[in-house]
Amino acid sequence: MSNQPMVKPEALRLSDDAEKHYWRNVGYKIIKDWRLYLMLLPLLLIFLLWRYLPLYELVAAFKMNDATQTVLNRDFVGFHNFQSLLFGGDAAEFWMAFRNTFLLSFYGLLFGFPIPIILALFFSEIRSNGYRSVLQVASYLPRFVSTVVITTLCQMLLSAGSTFSEPGILSQALSAIGLISKESAEAGLLYSPQFFRAIYQVSGIWETAGYGSIVFFAAIIGISPASYEAARIDGASKMSQIRHVVLPSILSTITIMLILRVGELLTIGYEKVLLLYNNYTYSVADVVSTYVFRRAGIQVGGSPNQAVGSAADLINAVTSMLLVVGANMISRKASDTSLY
Amino acid sequence: MKRLDISEVIFRVLAYTLLTIFALFCLYPFVYAISASLSGRAAYYTGDVVLLPVEAQFEAFKTVMLSKRFWISYANTLFMTFYGTIWALGTSILGAYALSKKRLAFQRGFNFFLVFTLWFTAGLVPQFLNYRTTQTVMTSMGIMDDKWLVVIAMGMAAFNVVLLRNAFESVPYEIEEAATVDGAKETQLLTRVYIPMSKAAIATVGLFFAISRWNGYFWARTMIRNRNEWPLQVYIRDMMEDILSQEIPSEMAYAPNSLVYAMIVCAIIPVIIIYPYIQKYFAKGVNVGGVKE
Repeated sequence: MSNQPMVKPEALRLSDDAEKHYWRNVGYKIIKDWRLYLMLLPLLLIFLLWRYLPLYELVAAFKMNDATQTVLNRDFVGFHNFQSLLFGGDAAEFWMAFRNTFLLSFYGLLFGFPIPIILALFFSEIRSNGYRSVLQVASYLPRFVSTVVITTLCQMLLSAGSTFSEPGILSQALSAIGLISKESAEAGLLYSPQFFRAIYQVSGIWETAGYGSIVFFAAIIGISPASYEAARIDGASKMSQIRHVVLPSILSTITIMLILRVGELLTIGYEKVLLLYNNYTYSVADVVSTYVFRRAGIQVGGSPNQAVGSAADLINAVTSMLLVVGANMISRKASDTSLY
Repeated sequence: MKRLDISEVIFRVLAYTLLTIFALFCLYPFVYAISASLSGRAAYYTGDVVLLPVEAQFEAFKTVMLSKRFWISYANTLFMTFYGTIWALGTSILGAYALSKKRLAFQRGFNFFLVFTLWFTAGLVPQFLNYRTTQTVMTSMGIMDDKWLVVIAMGMAAFNVVLLRNAFESVPYEIEEAATVDGAKETQLLTRVYIPMSKAAIATVGLFFAISRWNGYFWARTMIRNRNEWPLQVYIRDMMEDILSQEIPSEMAYAPNSLVYAMIVCAIIPVIIIYPYIQKYFAKGVNVGGVKE
C-alpha cells in the first residue's frame, strides 16, 4: 500500500490510525455491552445449528448417493444428479412436480390473494361493531386449526360412498346442485385428478382468507374519514371511492403482502399436499417437496436417492430466492415499497 | 344523517350478505363435525345428518375418551407446546432485544444473518439429515426422548424474531436513557422496561409459536421414532388411516367416520376454548408494515 504514489504518507498513517481506533472502539463496545451478546448467543446458535448447518448438507446434491456414508465422506460426482433430474431418468417426474408446484401456488395467488382484500373492504363496510366481530371471529377460526385436522375434514366431507353408505356430505351437496356428477361423488372426489386443484384452493381460501384480511382491514380503518368525505362531496360512487381513495391508501400493504406471497410461491404447503394426495392424484398434486420426500425415501422405501432429492431441494431453494429478490426489486423500482 | 349514494347502498347490502355467507361457510365444517360425531350409525350412512345430530349417541366420544393412546398423545402435544413455546419465545425475546440495539456491534450483519433464512431454506433432505445428526448427538448425550429434539431444534421462525425486534425498536429511546440514568442494568432494562412495554407483541409472537407447535405434524411424524411420543396430530392422522381401512363390527352404535369426527372435535376443543381470548391480539399485534432488514 505504501508503494502507491498518489497517497501522501501522512494521510495513510491517519487512516491506519482511524482503522485501529475503529477496531479498538468495537472491542470496547463489545466488552461494555457483553450482556447484549450473551443474550443474542442462544438465538444465533439455534439459527446456526438448525438453519445454516443444513445448508451445508446441500453438498449432497453434488455427491454420490450413498446413505451409508455421511455427506462429508461421499464422492463428488459434479452435476450428475442435476443432469438426471433435469434431463435424465428423473426428469419426467421432476418437471411434473415443478409444474404442479407452480400451478398450485399460482392459482393460490390468483384466487387467494384478492379475496382477503375484498373481505377487508366488506368488513370495513359493516357498521355494527358487534356483528362485525362475530363475522371476523368466525372467519379467522379455520386458521387456528391444524393442517391434519383440515385435511382430515376434507377427506371426511368428500369421502367416497359405498354400497351401504352415502358419500361425504359435501360431495352429496355438490352433486345435488349439479356441480359434479353422482359417479364422481360416489368415487370420492379426492381420488380423481380433475378435482384436486379445486379442493386444494377452496380449502385454502376457507383456511386463510378470513385471517389474511386482518392486515388489509387494519390498513383500511386507518384511512382518515376526511378523504372519503371529500370523495363523496365530489359525487364519487362507491366503486370510484374504492379505486381512488381506498386502494391507493393500502397499496403499500398490498405490495408487501404480495412480495411475501411471491417469495413463498415454491415453498408453500407441502404438508397439506402430503396429507391430501394419493396414488391416483400424483399427476396434479405432486409438488417438488413431496417429490423430494418420496424420492429421498425420508419415510418409506422404494429406491431412495438422497442425492437427487438434495439436487431438487437446491433447485427449489435457489428459484425461491430469485423470486423473492426479483419481486422485491421490481416493487422497489415501481413503488418505493420494499420488504427487505 | 348522511345520505347514501345508491352504489353505497348496494355495496353495503352486498357486504352484509356475502360476509354472512362466508362466515357460515367457515363455521359449517366444525358444526357438521360435531353433529356427525354425535349421530347414529344408520343416520350417518343414509346421509340424514346435515346440520344437527340425528339419532344421538355418545359412544364415539366415549371410545375416544377411553383410549389410552389418545391421552398419551394429548399429553405429548401439551408437553411440546409448553416447552417449545417457552424455549422459542425466550430465546427470541433475548435475541430480538439485542438485535434492536443500535449499540450492538455488527447489528446489520446479525440482522442479515437472521433474515437470510427467510429467503433461503435448505429444503427437506438437508433438514432431515441435519435433524438426524442432532438426534444422534442428543442420544449420545443421554437424551433419549425425541420430544426434546422437537422442542429444541424445530419451530424457530425468523419472522417472529423480526416482529419482536420491531416492537422493541418502537420503544422510545428516551425511556431507556432515563432508566439507565436511574442505574438500570441490561437485564433490568429488558425485564422492567422493554418487556412490559411490548406485551401485545410478545403475546402475539408467543401465540404464533404455540399454535405452530400445537399444529405441527410433518417433522414430528418424521423424526419421532417411538409411537408413544407422537403428538396428537400424528396420532389423529394415523388413527384416521387405521379406522377407515378396517371394518367396524356392525353392532357398533356409530359409523367409523363418526369416530374420526369425534377425534377432530376433541383436538380442536382447546383451540376453540382459548380462541376468543387470543383472537383480539391477532387483530392488533400483527404489524407487517414494519418488516425491514
